Amino acid sequence: MVFIEESYTMTNVIPQPMIPEPFRIRRMLKETHDTYTIELESTNGADGFPFSAGQFNMLYVFGVGEVPISISGNPEKPQSLFHTARFVGNVTKAMFKLRRGDVLGIRGPFGSHWPVDEAVGNDVVIVAGGIGLAPLRPALYNFISHREKYGKIILLYGARTPEDLLYKRELEQWRGRFDLEVNVIVDSTTGIWRGNVGVVTTLIPEIQFDPLHTTAMICGPEVMMRYTVKELQNCGVKNENIYVSMERNMKCGICLCGHCQLGSKFVCKDGPVFCYDHIKELFGKREI
Amino acid sequence: MQTLKQYLEEHPFFKGIKPHHLENILGCATSVQFDAGQYILREGEEANNFYIIILGKVTLEIFTPDRGPINIQTIGEGEVLGWSWLIPPYHWHYDARAIELTRAIALDGKCLRNKCEEDHDLGYELLKRFTHIITSRLEATRLQLLDVYGVH
Ligand SMILES: Cc1cc2nc3c(=O)[nH]c(=O)nc-3n(C[C@H](O)[C@H](O)[C@H](O)COP(=O)(O)OP(=O)(O)OC[C@H]3O[C@@H](n4cnc5c(N)ncnc54)[C@H](O)[C@@H]3O)c2cc1C
Ligand code: FES
Repeated sequence: MVFIEESYTMTNVIPQPMIPEPFRIRRMLKETHDTYTIELESTNGADGFPFSAGQFNMLYVFGVGEVPISISGNPEKPQSLFHTARFVGNVTKAMFKLRRGDVLGIRGPFGSHWPVDEAVGNDVVIVAGGIGLAPLRPALYNFISHREKYGKIILLYGARTPEDLLYKRELEQWRGRFDLEVNVIVDSTTGIWRGNVGVVTTLIPEIQFDPLHTTAMICGPEVMMRYTVKELQNCGVKNENIYVSMERNMKCGICLCGHCQLGSKFVCKDGPVFCYDHIKELFGKREI
Repeated sequence: MQTLKQYLEEHPFFKGIKPHHLENILGCATSVQFDAGQYILREGEEANNFYIIILGKVTLEIFTPDRGPINIQTIGEGEVLGWSWLIPPYHWHYDARAIELTRAIALDGKCLRNKCEEDHDLGYELLKRFTHIITSRLEATRLQLLDVYGVH
């Protein structure tokens, strides 16, 4: 297993990483009551936005502020740039007042990516919680498009309620494939829901995979990731084959300001995707 | 066609159990089936059984006057439904309803309690297995209570 931390940052190839590029909104797609997917196109005629699965951009709402948001589209179809964001505060709320034709500033792509090449030949277990499915969707697109290179592909996805599930149509399609295993679970429900109820970690002991030859990719709230790592370890998955995507407040996105520091690491440069083995001492620690 | 004994032997809950304990347990077992929508147990009723789920899915519900039944957990193949038969006063704490055709093995709680009194080794073995289930469900419930996907 080769650890790809430093080498998979892309900040060094962006000529002016502090200057936002204007991108026009082509489409706003409502995913849930508080989450939208934004499709963007370049205003300067560039014919694509190359990125790797798991990377993020800084999205600038002019006059309001800038936030890090993962890229949620298909890395093999870079003609459109997709971001899926949940409105929680000042910037994200202002973002959702924007309409088709409005312009956003984009800096990126920044950070490390999911180890899709390192996972070749292995079973892949993807565990997503809530909005955490957004950064993992590009990796899933990759696995589907290169299906023959991998063993089992298993997606475990947890959300608060059935109404909070992202990408419902795609989930249906993925579930319908014979070469993907997709298990969805919600924390609670009152309506007609025939799926699983409980926390996403309870799905792990139920799946069949080869723990010694498995790459696990996890993204969700930190406490969910902590328990997911524990369950995967209980099943025999090695620390060096577990990857997590971390979130910290960001400002520069290019390792200058120190806002995103996590112990000796910087989430914007060394992350957001980390091999668990390299951050296990920092994981779940207070006041880092 | 598998026999009851084979089902029990292969079920994760009984993995590694000694053959003579399994024989004892088998004496309290019957095969049951529930249609989709059928209630298996109701809150407050006497807890006389527990169920080894062979096929299908069951939902645990709490009824609330304002929101109706709230589905708090699903239990499926390879899992176990019910531990109230073990703990006095032996009453169910939730409703449980099959959400699809469900086949299970029902184990008679009174019969098992008597056997456990007679053979404490069997009692200890079952208690260890149930304690494992109870602690992992407690952990899961705590995570649910944290509402980790909410905006905080
Ligand atoms: C690398 C990285 C990738 C990210 N990818 C995504 C993504 O793909 N989609 C997405 O929606 N978000 C993503 N985020 C989180 C996103 O950056 C924040 O939600 C955003 O910065 C909030 O900014 P704001 O100005 O809208 O809210 P603020 O005004 O900063 O915060 C307002 C309120 O929202 C709460 N809040 C802030 N952030 C979060 C959060 N992440 N979760 C829950 N509550 C929060 C705060 O505690 C506060 O109460 C990512 C973050 C990082 C570091
Ligand atoms: S955001 Fe500035 S150092 Fe990471």
